Amino acid sequence: MELSLDNLVLWQRGPVLLNATMLYTWIVMVLLVAGSWLGTRKLSTGAQISPWQNLLEVLVAGVREQIRQISQQDPGPYLPFIGTLFVFISVSNLLTIFPGYHPPTYSLSTTAALALCVLAAVPCFGIARQGLGGYLSHYLKPTVLMLPFHILSELTRTLALAVRLFGNVMSGAMIGAILLAVVPLFFPLIMQLLELLIGQVQAFIFAVLATVYIASAAQAHEEKREVILPRPNTQEQGSQKSQEDTEP
Amino acid sequence: MNAVTIIGTVSIIVAGLTITLGSIAPALAQGRAITQALAAMAQQPDEAATIARTLFVGLAMIESLAIYCLVVAMILIFANPFWNYVIAKPGG
Repeated sequence: MELSLDNLVLWQRGPVLLNATMLYTWIVMVLLVAGSWLGTRKLSTGAQISPWQNLLEVLVAGVREQIRQISQQDPGPYLPFIGTLFVFISVSNLLTIFPGYHPPTYSLSTTAALALCVLAAVPCFGIARQGLGGYLSHYLKPTVLMLPFHILSELTRTLALAVRLFGNVMSGAMIGAILLAVVPLFFPLIMQLLELLIGQVQAFIFAVLATVYIASAAQAHEEKREVILPRPNTQEQGSQKSQEDTEP
Repeated sequence: MNAVTIIGTVSIIVAGLTITLGSIAPALAQGRAITQALAAMAQQPDEAATIARTLFVGLAMIESLAIYCLVVAMILIFANPFWNYVIAKPGG
């Protein structure tokens, strides 16, 4: 029972080593790339589409819709980053149904890398949307005194993102291992099922939080009125469309 | 009682206390959050999707407090730096 997959070294020659985290990360990457390539090889717009295309379309459309609802903005620029995060974490956690597989998220290195990507993406999207001055001025609101707290909150939420994902996956594996030693029959199976659910929920939450952080940096002042606006269901489509049109 | 015994004893006791005390407050908080969300959903079934999504995110953020405690407890038991230092020191 290891606390991290990094300690599981599979191959080593001098300073170059291959640990389980890297191996399983590569496996997930290969699966995702190959699946996407095979699925998008023969795209068609006809009535008859392949099951893979259907799956990918549902996935992309779902992620777009969620980003649109959460950030209240056009999901286009955020889709590649958020979607990649979600799909990677989701598939990593889902593949635990195969025996012998360890999710790469069962390593603080992987989750810290993902969280650092979010930390770096927030200023990137913010500057791209608002310009350098516009983005940096958001650190000084409402007063200059808040500057240390803004910086501190960026760092702590990055730490929280990493530790949350790692802790959930790690606790699931630990519970599975401990239960296997205590009650070996049937009960660990239920906990494994719960663990699959938790893995998906954590992937969703990681993506949602990344969206919230990025969107809040990219929309510092213009979205205040939209919270107040009533949203009648019949005019929702129209208001969203007009909102997209007004965006620069 | 040498250093190894003291560190081992204290680590195990504190790990148990960490996870015990650290899960009480998140449990109460999650209970409150779910109660409020259910009440809100019962009053406004149209907004159930939005409420459920926010509820999930909020629950995860509350739950992460308990997860921090779990990580600290796990570090105390499985990867205790003081324990490793005392064991590595010759003549411990």
